[in-house]
Amino acid sequence: MSPVEMNLEARFDAYVAEEKKIEPKDWMPDAYRKTLIRQISQHAHSEIVGMLPEGNWISRAPSLKRKAILLAKVQDEAGHGLYLYSAAETLGVTRDQMLQDLHAGKAKYSSIFNYPTLTWADMGAVGWLVDGAAIMNQVPLCKCSYGPYARAMVRVCKEESFHQRQGFQVMLNLAQGTPEQKAMAQDALNRWWWPSLMMFGPSDADSPHSAQSMKWNIKRFSNDELRQRFVDMTVPQSELLGLTLPDPDLKWNEERGHYDFGAINWDEFYNVIKGNGPCNKERLGARVKAYEDGAWVRDAANAYATKEAARQKNANASTHAA
Amino acid sequence: MSESKHEWPLWEVFIRSRQGLGHKHAGSLHAADAQMAIQNARDVYTRRQEGVSIWVVPAEAITASSPDDKDVLFDPANDKVYRHPTFYKLPDEVNNM
Ligand SMILES: [Fe+2]
Ligand SMILES: [Fe+2]
Repeated sequence: MSPVEMNLEARFDAYVAEEKKIEPKDWMPDAYRKTLIRQISQHAHSEIVGMLPEGNWISRAPSLKRKAILLAKVQDEAGHGLYLYSAAETLGVTRDQMLQDLHAGKAKYSSIFNYPTLTWADMGAVGWLVDGAAIMNQVPLCKCSYGPYARAMVRVCKEESFHQRQGFQVMLNLAQGTPEQKAMAQDALNRWWWPSLMMFGPSDADSPHSAQSMKWNIKRFSNDELRQRFVDMTVPQSELLGLTLPDPDLKWNEERGHYDFGAINWDEFYNVIKGNGPCNKERLGARVKAYEDGAWVRDAANAYATKEAARQKNANASTHAA
Repeated sequence: MSESKHEWPLWEVFIRSRQGLGHKHAGSLHAADAQMAIQNARDVYTRRQEGVSIWVVPAEAITASSPDDKDVLFDPANDKVYRHPTFYKLPDEVNNM
């Protein structure tokens, strides 16, 4: 390493240590840049693919009010994806490259979105649990060391809280409804609970990038720590709903001051990540189709912009001539 | 997979959150032209009345100072404390001047 590079690295380390933000044009280690590109693009893909399970119910929402709410939520998720793609682009990757990686199956997205949304109650469970877990993960990212990512997360977190609240309200309405409606809510909870716990990622011992990301102030809390917080927060909420979390081992541990919970089926998690979840093919297929079906629109808009620019130029030239 | 010839250019988005305040950088987006950039900015960055006015600027039109010049550009101001009102010790009688 040259003396100049050593200086730059020292400045980078000092910035991170002092909780100063790193901005796009600042020098940063290659591995830091690569880690952020991977994490931010995966995060963006998750927001975009995450629109699909809920998009499934927009046309079938039980009332106009619920339809408007769901539409607004899904539109927010599109916005989150876009904030995050542009944050990733500040690190030198192009939007096209990120989309190509997603469509080719090279890039990952949150495995939770490979589960199907079978009933209306799933809109409640997803908002309450999936957005709830996402918030738990995202709030610490607002203080992440990379400026554009941190700023994007501030916007995202502001918008997320309505997502979780509307989901809880859907669950509450169903739980207080007819016995059939309550059963529907319980069924959705049974299916979404474990995948939601998996959203925090593997246990710290098996999480390959965790330690380095902590050092770089990209990550603030361990996967297990955040998962425990989520469980502690959710148990009383499920009691309020009068629903049962599908875990016979769940119980308060006086000594630890936390809820103990059962073992997570990590085989299922890795299997879904590998592409064998119930909806992996459908989700990716829907993204690729949307991209391909939109190709003519992108081309037409480009052609129009080029023509329009040429027309402007000509018009300017002729005014100057006259 | 059909490949678009080139992606839409990148635009930086600036938003005035209310009358009386300056435009502030909100983020960026892709659009084929300026008019589309404004429309996209409206959908992406002002879904909750975050703004009353939008500027969009082609990202490639922005010239930025380099972080390496930070010391050269900004440090010389550091020793000019007499630019700040607190530098001047005045009699108590005029101290809220
Ligand atoms: Fe989101
Ligand atoms: Fe959300």
